[in-house]
Amino acid sequence: MTRKDPSGGLVISPIRNGTVIDHITAGEALNVLRILGITGSTPECLSIATNVKSKRMGKKDIVKIENRELRTEEVDRIALLAPQAKINIIRDYQVVEKKGVEIPEILKGVVRCPNPGCITNTNEPVESTFEVLDKGLHCLYCDWLIKDDIANHII
Amino acid sequence: MYHIISIRDFERDDLDYLLDRAQEFDTGKYRSGMLDDKLVALLFFEPSTRTRMSFATAMARLGGRSISVDSVEASSIVKGETLADTIRVVSSYADAIVLRHPKEGAARLASEFASVPVINAGDGAGQHPSQTLLDLYTIRQSMSVDGIDVGLLGDLRYGRTAHSLALALSLYGVTLHTIAPGGLEMPANIALELRERGMEVVEHPNVEEAIRELDVLYVTRIQRERFPDSASYYNVASSYRITTDLLAGVKERLMILHPLPRAGEIDPEVDCTPYARYFEQAKNGVPIRMALLHEVMK
Repeated sequence: MTRKDPSGGLVISPIRNGTVIDHITAGEALNVLRILGITGSTPECLSIATNVKSKRMGKKDIVKIENRELRTEEVDRIALLAPQAKINIIRDYQVVEKKGVEIPEILKGVVRCPNPGCITNTNEPVESTFEVLDKGLHCLYCDWLIKDDIANHII
Repeated sequence: MYHIISIRDFERDDLDYLLDRAQEFDTGKYRSGMLDDKLVALLFFEPSTRTRMSFATAMARLGGRSISVDSVEASSIVKGETLADTIRVVSSYADAIVLRHPKEGAARLASEFASVPVINAGDGAGQHPSQTLLDLYTIRQSMSVDGIDVGLLGDLRYGRTAHSLALALSLYGVTLHTIAPGGLEMPANIALELRERGMEVVEHPNVEEAIRELDVLYVTRIQRERFPDSASYYNVASSYRITTDLLAGVKERLMILHPLPRAGEIDPEVDCTPYARYFEQAKNGVPIRMALLHEVMK
């Protein structure tokens, strides 16, 4: 899925259908995939570029996911790690929809509560639920506050 | 449906209303059969004496009845049943559920699966709202809660009663003095939340430094189960003890509270001083829980 560009670098080729996530904070591409639940064992054809030169950001990451159009609630999760990310929905090589990401008010089943005593870390049939505050993520079950290193708590 | 899960869910007016209602029950201004057709399920998956018995007493005083599970061993939890399933089933038996559980957030979860009101009777190191209400009620019997100086002494890290009380006091313009052994300080996120609520929080290295400033000293027990061995427990547990000598020069109206049980934090000689109010505090559990049970089932 790559071709050599005239300057000697490698560029990811366009995709026919799917989603391109552009302007991801450099170094966060793999975490973005984790937050979307896309792992090495999922069927999607993926292209990932990291630390690509960017006029606006200096460096950025790009992810292309073939044959899958991300839903709004999925892409908004990305805002936790890459608030400047831009989502392009591609159909037949054309960008048919372009949107930014918005940090959601509530995150369900995205982040694991770091509190080992939290009821969501048991076999109970509930998903972790956090409200997104300026100061961090607040667990709505045990009131734990995740202030930093959110990527490490992604399920 | 009206659940009582966390002090965070209450505005000051809500707390004052419940305290006023408790006072009516305390002074006999109620009809004894107010809940005579009601049944409450007391689900206690952790040990409890005062909380469980005072809920049962409160229900009986209102003419209602109680059914109970008194331990994990005596329930289907040992067979692997989830709390969610237990709650769904018990909802079909009773008109309200009182839950104590070792996991934080258990009462919140229960309220999502219950078809009847849930009252949190303590969830791990989380919240214990009915204890907080009786703490406030006891303070209010002697003085206005507004603007007083309250000291929290002991295990402020795991002690749920301290967390709940501090949050409630932040609604009353109280200055909070925290005194905790090393490693058992109030969690940073709770201290931050208190300050964001506009509360002045002053940390003290020992109780001697703070006690003469205080209107209320709230003492908590160091929980032995939090320590890996007896030696480290005794090392911390012996780091503070309220004695009659320590009380020299304190404010005349100082009241010493303790959610009980105590384990040596307060010398029994202190019981005979006018400052000791912890047994009255325990007694106040009944009118507070009468008010809560009536409120959720009326």
